[in-house]
Amino acid sequence: MRKTPNYSLIFGCALTALMVSVIVIGYFWTPFDPDTMSTSSKSMPPNSVHLLGTDNFGRDILSRIMEGAGTTLLIAFLAVSIGALVGTLIGGLTGYFGGHADEIIMRINDAVTAFPSILLALVVITITGNGKTNIIIVLGILFIPSFARVIRGEFVKQRNMDYVKNAKLMGVSNMRIIFVHILPNIATVLLSSIAIGFNNAVLAEASMSYLGVGVKPTESASLGRMLLDSQAYLFSAPWQALSAGFSISILILGFALISEGLGYRPTWRPAAKRRRKADA
Amino acid sequence: MRYILKKAGVFILTLLVISAFVFFAFQIIPGDPTARMLGTQATQEKVEALREELGLTDPAILRYFHWLKGFVTGDYGISYSYNMPVKELLAGKLGITAALSLLSFSMILLISFPIGVLLARFAHSIPDRIFMIFNQIIMSIPPFFIGILFTYFFGLVLKFFTPGGFVDRTIDPAAFWGYLVFPALAIALPKSAMVIKLLRSSMLREMNEDYVRTAFSRGNSRWRVIRIHVLRNAIIPVVTFLAVTLVDIIAGSIIIEQVFSIPGIGRLLLSSIIGRDIPVVQTIIMIIAIIVITVNYLADVSYKYIDPRIRFR
Repeated sequence: MRKTPNYSLIFGCALTALMVSVIVIGYFWTPFDPDTMSTSSKSMPPNSVHLLGTDNFGRDILSRIMEGAGTTLLIAFLAVSIGALVGTLIGGLTGYFGGHADEIIMRINDAVTAFPSILLALVVITITGNGKTNIIIVLGILFIPSFARVIRGEFVKQRNMDYVKNAKLMGVSNMRIIFVHILPNIATVLLSSIAIGFNNAVLAEASMSYLGVGVKPTESASLGRMLLDSQAYLFSAPWQALSAGFSISILILGFALISEGLGYRPTWRPAAKRRRKADA
Repeated sequence: MRYILKKAGVFILTLLVISAFVFFAFQIIPGDPTARMLGTQATQEKVEALREELGLTDPAILRYFHWLKGFVTGDYGISYSYNMPVKELLAGKLGITAALSLLSFSMILLISFPIGVLLARFAHSIPDRIFMIFNQIIMSIPPFFIGILFTYFFGLVLKFFTPGGFVDRTIDPAAFWGYLVFPALAIALPKSAMVIKLLRSSMLREMNEDYVRTAFSRGNSRWRVIRIHVLRNAIIPVVTFLAVTLVDIIAGSIIIEQVFSIPGIGRLLLSSIIGRDIPVVQTIIMIIAIIVITVNYLADVSYKYIDPRIRFR
């Protein structure tokens, strides 16, 4: 039988590669300085000099998108790293050992994941104040439960498999079994969760910056903030909002397709409880 | 029955834990509101007097019970920024957000069920494939950007509605609902795309089951099998997802209210967060928490009635 190519994965990687290369180039070189304002080139539509036009301060939009997408992706990368590292650790240990700690931590997990993460992020931002570092920490912590849940589920499945039993009989330490034996076997699940994590992180950061409680405008350009600022000029200069909005959408679509291609199956929150009872 | 009571106990306990969390989380914020409330007129005595008046001199635990008692009896405290009771601030705004959320939820049901069933019926055909690609793209556009696109195309270019021209229900109900159509659709579109995808795949899974073959062998038509047999079983994961969706819509409306300048609780929450107006933030978060927990509770209880297999497991 002929195997159909994994189109989702291919297109997802292509879109993500496109955005990442734009961001990496933007890190070293942008067509114009993203922050230089100019009264002579205010709100120009896309043209051969300014490929995506300029904003109401005369700043080059392409340059700002290159910088802004970089900010968004950096925040997403660090937040997902925190979530994935701590989540895998917690999920791995609780899933492997089980017991009361597992039960308690999963209860807390259920409670936290019941709330929309954007709402929790808003609450925490009220307390800590906004800014790049705070957003990374807040989103990172908020992503821990979802990673922990997915990884835990996989560990519960794997812990009774023969290769784990064999390793135990041969006297391999628990830590080695968890990280050297089991972890590589669930790499696809982890990768796919990371992709969906990026998807959520980009969306969360863009939403928060759009609401004005994300990246501060003095720190660096960010896509969500650009969208907020451009809304007032939607009629006279729609290219501002469109280029920022489509950049966010392409970033999200890329990650969504990758996770789809890797076979991500979302766990619907309440159903997860039932499943846990079934495997207990 | 015992199950429901046990769940109700957990429900109340969860609410208490969350109320404590909501209250104490805001206690660690440095500084107190008195200086800002008094502005330039702040003298030592005035600050002390106001602290006394707001009850800020009591120990935190006492203030928690005081606050909880107030919350249960409908006294939500006084807004720091507006200097008026939170209850009055919220009046009317809750209804707007509820209307937006419910409109959006009905749209999701109306859009996703017919399309989801049709796609499952004609799965793997060319139109199905094209639509699924389209569906995947819709899922990836953030609702607030869909809102901005709507504002541009339907508001500014086609002039179907006036952006920022929100009308209160008491003044003109038709204009009120009319204005909410596009914001509700902006929230509903990406969510519908998710429900369509879930319903389609859930139905396709069910169609491979033996009972479907049996139903066909008894001479049932394709549509009848889908309607009577497949849909009933396929709908269970979708119901679970819809409960989650209802909660997400409420969170989504916070952002969409900002896009379309709708004066609901979302806008109030946001301006209170920026202005550090703690009593308002606490109250709104508590109200949303109650809704979240109630929806999850109802969903948990309802499985038993939707699917007898869960009841007997």
